[in-house]
This record gives sequence, C-alpha cells and structure tokens, in this order.
Amino acid sequence: MVNVLKHFAIFESGKRYTFAAFVVAVLVCAPLLSLMFEAVQGSIGHWGHLLTYVLPHALWNTILLLLGVGFVVTFLGTGAAWLVTAYDYPGRRFLTWALLLPLAVPTYIIAFTYLDILHPIGPIQGLIRDVLGYSSPREFRLPDIRGLWGAILLMGVVLYPYVYLTTRFMFLTQAASVVEAARVLGETPRGVFLRVALPLARPAIVVGVTLALLETLNDVGAAEFLGVKTLTLAIYTTWVTRSDLAGAAQIALSMLFIIVFLLHFEKRARQRQRYSLVQRMRPMTPTVLKGRHIALAWVLGVIPIAFGFLLPAGYLVVQVFKRMGQQTGFSTSLIQASFNTLTIASVATVLTVTLGLIVAWAARRVRDSANEQSLGKLFSRLASLGYAVPGTVLAIGLLGPLLLIDQGIEWVLGLAQYKVTTLIVLGSTAGLLMAYVIRFLAIANGSIEAGLARIPPSIEQASRLLGESSSRTLWRVHIPLLKPAMISAALLVFVDTMKELPATLMLRPINFETLATLLYGEASRGMYEEGAVAALMIVLLGLLPVILLARAQQRSV
Amino acid sequence: MKFHSQHLYSKEHFKTKYLASKKAFLVGALYASTLFLAFAPTASFAATPTNEVNLYTTREPKLIAPMLELFTANSSIKVNTVFVKDGLIERVKTEGTKSGADVLMTVDIGNLLDLVEAQVVQPVNSKILNEAIPAYLRSSNNDWFALSLRDRVLYANVGSGIQSFEYESLSDPKFKGQVCIRSGQHPYNIALIAAMIAHNGEAATETWLRGVKSNLARKATGGDRNVARDILGGICNIGIANAYYAGQMKSALAGSEQRAWGDAIKVIQPTFKKTGGTFVNISGVALAKSSPNRENAVKLMEFLMSDAAQALYADTNFEYPVKAGVKVNAVIESFGILKPDTMPLTEVAKYRKRASELVDQVGFDQ
Repeated sequence: MVNVLKHFAIFESGKRYTFAAFVVAVLVCAPLLSLMFEAVQGSIGHWGHLLTYVLPHALWNTILLLLGVGFVVTFLGTGAAWLVTAYDYPGRRFLTWALLLPLAVPTYIIAFTYLDILHPIGPIQGLIRDVLGYSSPREFRLPDIRGLWGAILLMGVVLYPYVYLTTRFMFLTQAASVVEAARVLGETPRGVFLRVALPLARPAIVVGVTLALLETLNDVGAAEFLGVKTLTLAIYTTWVTRSDLAGAAQIALSMLFIIVFLLHFEKRARQRQRYSLVQRMRPMTPTVLKGRHIALAWVLGVIPIAFGFLLPAGYLVVQVFKRMGQQTGFSTSLIQASFNTLTIASVATVLTVTLGLIVAWAARRVRDSANEQSLGKLFSRLASLGYAVPGTVLAIGLLGPLLLIDQGIEWVLGLAQYKVTTLIVLGSTAGLLMAYVIRFLAIANGSIEAGLARIPPSIEQASRLLGESSSRTLWRVHIPLLKPAMISAALLVFVDTMKELPATLMLRPINFETLATLLYGEASRGMYEEGAVAALMIVLLGLLPVILLARAQQRSV
Repeated sequence: MKFHSQHLYSKEHFKTKYLASKKAFLVGALYASTLFLAFAPTASFAATPTNEVNLYTTREPKLIAPMLELFTANSSIKVNTVFVKDGLIERVKTEGTKSGADVLMTVDIGNLLDLVEAQVVQPVNSKILNEAIPAYLRSSNNDWFALSLRDRVLYANVGSGIQSFEYESLSDPKFKGQVCIRSGQHPYNIALIAAMIAHNGEAATETWLRGVKSNLARKATGGDRNVARDILGGICNIGIANAYYAGQMKSALAGSEQRAWGDAIKVIQPTFKKTGGTFVNISGVALAKSSPNRENAVKLMEFLMSDAAQALYADTNFEYPVKAGVKVNAVIESFGILKPDTMPLTEVAKYRKRASELVDQVGFDQ
C-alpha cells in the first residue's frame, strides 16, 4: 500500500505526515467553518444589540477574569514549582506530587463545593458565628463569593497545576547550571529566583498560563454558578434563551480572536525554548532547609493543595457519607457511568495523542537553520484551534460536519447495496470522540511539540544519514525520547476528557451517561448534594492519572 | 540495514528485534482495543421500529423517571431517554429523517413553540389527549401538549409578614438589597418578564426590571432552590422561584438540608396588577416529526395524560396536573388556591425575545 502511495508526490516520505496533518487540521477546522457559515446567516440587527449591550461587558469581564486567573496561576504555579525544586526538606517529594492534585478537580465542581462550604449556613461561616457568639446569619455573615473575585480565586486554585507542571519541568531540566553559577557568584536566594530562574522559566510559564486561560475560557459551569457573565456564557445564553444560533456563532468567532492571540503568544514563548540547553539535563542542587524554614515551606506548599483539593474533596467525602444512610450507595447507573467515562476517556486519549504526535512530527524542525513557516507548522497551528472553542460551541459546530460524514458513509455503503438506517457517527460515541479529539488535540500536540523542540535536529539527521526512513526514525529514535512528553500529554488529555461536560451533554448517544453528565443532571435538579457521589468519583478517577503524571515527571529527570 | 547486518546474530540484535516486535504488538493491541471500544456502543439504538420508544427530553431524567417506569410496567414498552439539556432542536434537526427521536419533552411554552417553528414535530390527533387537556393548554394544530402547570411564585422569609404580593412590587425600593433571583436569562424568568411586557408594555417593564435589578441582594444566578437557601442564610428576604421546588423542599426528609431551606420560606402566589392572576408556565410534550416508533410514542403521550401519570406529576414533581379531577399535592394545596393569569401563554411567548433583550439592556445579570 505504502509503495503504491509513494508514487504520489504528496505521500513522499516526509510529506505523508504533512498530508496527515492537513487532514487533522481540516477535521479541527470543520466545526469552525460550519460556525462561520452559521454566523454569516445571522442578521446584522442582532449583532447591533449584542455589540451595544452584551459584548462590551462580557468582554470586559472575560478580560478581567483572564488577567486575574493568569496572575493567580502564575503566582501559585511558579512559586510552587520553585518551592519543590530549589529547596530540600523532609516531605518535599510528597509535596511535589501533591501539588498536582487540584488538577483532578473540575472548575464546575470547585465552584459548587465552595458555594456550599462558604455559604452563610455552611460549615465555615457556622463555625465563625459560633466562635463570635452570633446565633443567626442575619446578625453576621461574610461577603458573598459569587462574583468576579470569587471566580478568579476559585479557578486559579484548581488551574495553577498547568503552570506548575511546565515550570517545574523547566526548573528541573534547564536551571541547574545557571542557578548554580548565580549562587556561586553571590546572588541572594531571592535574586536567584527573580533574576535568574524566573526569566529562564518565562517560556514555560507562558505555556502553562495559556493552558490555564484556555480552560478558563471554556468554563461555563463555574461562571454560571458564580454569576460572572463571560463571553462563553454570553454565547450560551444567546443560543439557548434566544434560540439565536447565528448570534452565538458570531460571538464565538469573535472570541476566537482572543484565543488566536493567546496561542500566538504561547508559540512565541515556545520558540524561545530553542535556545535552551538541551544536553545538560540535570536537576539543580536544592538548598537544604532547616528548622522553622521547613515549617514555612510546608505551609506555603500546603496552602494551594488545601484550597484546591483537600477542602473541596473533603467536603464531598463528608457529603457522600452523610447520604450513605439515606440512599443506596452505588447505583447501577453510577457504575455504568464510571465505566463509560473510563472507556471513552481512554479511547479519546489514545486517538488524541496519536494524532498529536503525527501533527507535531509534521511540524518539526528538520534543520537547525529552519526558520521558514512550513506547511506542517501551519497545520499544527490550525489543529490547535479546537482547544480554544468552548465545548458547547464546538458541539454545535460539529453537528453539521458529522452529518456530512454520516451521509458520506451512507453513500459509500449504498454503493455496496447496504441500506443504512442509523446515524453511524452522530448516533454513536464516534461523534463524541471526534469532539474530544478536536478539543484536546492542542494539549497533546503542544506537549509533544515542546518535547520535540528539546531534541536537536542533529539526532534525526544522524538517523536519516544512517539509512533509517522518516517513520522508522520517529518510531525508533524520537518516540522513545518523547515518551515523557507523550505520557504527560496522555494523562492531561485523559483527565480533561473525563471532566469534559458541555460537548458531552450535546453529542452523547442515547442511554450514554458519563460521570460528568450524571453529576450535571443531579446538579440541574438543584440537588447537587446528591451529585456529590458523581463529583467525588470524577475527582477520584482523575487522581490516578494525576499521580502517574507526577511520577512520570519525576522519572523523566 | 547494512549497519545492522554486522551483528546479525549477536545477542544484542536479537534483543532489540524481539523487543521491537513486542512493542509493535503492544501498540497494535492498544489501537485494536481502541477501535473496538470506540464503536462497540454504536449499535445502541436504531431508527428502525422496535418495541421501544425514544424520548428526548430537556427535563431532568429523575423527575420523569417514575412516570416512565410506570409506563413500561403497564405496556412493556421500553423507554430510552436522552437527556439533552440544551440543543434539543439542533440535535433533532441535524439527525433529520434518521433521528431516533420519538417523543420530545421540554419545559416552558417558548421551548415548545420553538420545536414547532423548527419543524421537528408532527401533529397527533388523539381523542384521549384532546379530552384530557383544556384547549388553552395545547396547540390548536395538535402539535404540542401541556403535561403539567408550574406557577412562578414569591418565596418570603417566614418572619417577613408578607401576606400578598404583586409582581410589580418587586421593583419597590423598600425591598432594596432584599431580593434573590436566578439569572434573568433563564427561560423561567424570561417567560415571567415576557408576561410582564404583555401586561404592562415594554417601557414599563424596562423600568420595573431596572428596579428589580437595583433591589437584588446578590448576583442573579444559581437555581430556584438557592433562593430559599439564601433566605435561610440571611442574604435576602424575598425571591422569585417556581412553586414546585418549595413543595419538594418542604416535603424533604425532616432534618435534611433541603427541609431546612424549605422551612425557612413562606410561599406566596403573587399576582399581576391588571388581572389578579398568578403567572403559570407549562411543561409539555410533542411527537417528533420522523418518529420511528410512532404508535408507541402516541401511547406514551396518552399514558402521560392518564390519571395515574398525572397524579405522579402532582405527587412526585409537586406540579399542577393539567387534567381536571386529578388532585394536587397537599403541600402545594397549602400554598393557596391557584388563580392562573388569564393572559394566554401563546401571547406571552411572543415577547420572549424582547424580554431576553431587555435583560441584557438593563444589565440584569451583570
């Protein structure tokens, strides 16, 4: 087969990957194009209303939210990464992986658990009232967390691990020699961090912050619970309450500009990584802490874990135990949903990482001097766009293309005299899988591309000179070298797929529930305490990959 | 290849070769299982007729589960449910003639009319349905039918001493900082605001909405139950919510959180100044245009109008049955005798879009 294909120029060894990347890019762009089509059909009159009353405020809110979350995740993520790489103290290894735990908590879960925990009749304010001697919340209560500030803090506290992951890796692999040189030259610990490590880690920080901000943009649940009118929420309400799909598509497309800007920023940051030291991958020697400094390190390290994981997860555990008596513990629907979640998340992960690898390989740098924008690079950028589209929008955009695929299948099978009576893609999990792949390809692609960037082109050149083909080089040389990057990509994709809600709600087939949709069903009845079991399951199932992720990073150094 | 041949028989080579093939096998197995898992659930439903019925619903599945179970028990027709929170129309429309959808169920008059407008439904000529449902609660073309009624009421702090209330008074400055309500863009509120436009006109409604906005105690967000909880939490004194939630909370297990919220509020049926009626919305059902199991679908729809199913609407959902003669739940009855507003819902629905725009204009959710 391959030999036949070789006759066509485009399938010539390297080009095959470019072609594959092109197909993937088309797949990712299909929902966007279908949205554009939808948007053009919209009336200008609507646009006027949106422009006057909706967009300015939503845009302003979104910008503030992004700035706020960006600041919080940078602060927490970088600080935490430095804390576990630059210093040594008992329990450092524990903190190293525990700091990733909040990654298992989706934004909608953190929002609703904190609404409960911090409610005037919740446990914390109740305790405060008891201590202060008040009997009713009408006498004393704390300010409401619903609002922009609440959203910034709550999202920041679960999204910082994205920055922590990338930055810690940078500190571990790149910082050793420069940090040690700075120390030898008499720089203070603060100076080492601010003047040496931080500038060095800037590309890594930007990559992590971009991921966190894209997650923020995708969120609907937390913003809704906390009453923050973001662009994403505006898209949602325009579509749902005004049945104005065209208007929603118009806002969605304008939101793409923010995203393209973010991604551009990220790419530029990553380009700088090229100048990093590739050969010397060794961790720096940490400063050994003593006495009260150990306690301080612990306090600083535990704070984000406590707010991002321990408190919400602990609250869910308590809620589940409270309800054990009232209800039958694990219902069959819950077990089925857990199984579905694990299955579809695994499949989506394998597909996403494979395609991510192909796209990244097509876009790789073959020569040291290569500076030109190759087609592969363009496709890789396009393929990353899916992450930028909120799940809801992506799902609507996908309906049209999926139908086309179904019609295509029907036509082909019709030629074979086979009569199709069902929607093969749209009516099965295949459509949902496609949505996951499109949405999370950027994570896989980004991670693998970053991994590839650390492998000097000379390695590939050597392999090719020794007679290996491009594919064999990928298989025998690069994949083994990329293993850590691929593993962390896979784990991130897995966790994200498992948490995904809006697209799952729209595209899942009949009788197919995941934990997230089950939880949402409970939550939308306003009975979200009963969804506590499902929420806890999401968090628990997310824990395993998170721990594996931490271990993978540990080993890769 | 040349380079390899040098140590063709070496142990080293055997090892790499063996390991490579093992790796290839493992990767192959991974993809094979991926493909299998991806398409295994595909055969879950077909648009071919079976002794089943496919229900697409925007209603939370657990609320309607008791009726569906009873239906299956009586008819041995299996009901498959898809809970589509949003995008019901888009989904059914896209699925087109191959859609598995038989019955479409949703809440709010506007959503039902949208289904008709999107041409995804077909009329049902059923004597049973027409006799059970009063004419104003079904479409004149028989393409949608109301199943239950839900009044949008005032939750007041039990200590507030409020005995009666007019929707118009929500904007009264004396309630400054005391009002809780969910997002203005939520269909329940949109319908209420649309009714306000139908009653008092657009300009008056805008002024009213600005007044309500400035009376809010917190952001317009959360669900209807949160109104009760926030009243208990001292955040607000009054709020607007659907009555059946109060029914659920007030009959929740004694000692549970829900019960505490329910006990903190008093339910008052507010009225419009002009008509003296309380705003009532509906939940309803329609037959999907391409329904593959049409007969079963109609059976299900007719079953939902049976006394038994209507009684379930009253007792498990705390809604008002549409069928005359079926009793309301005692807790709901304790809220008073419902006097529905005389403004026709189809008239109210006309102002839905305008209502949604007004919510944006006054920055209600901001």
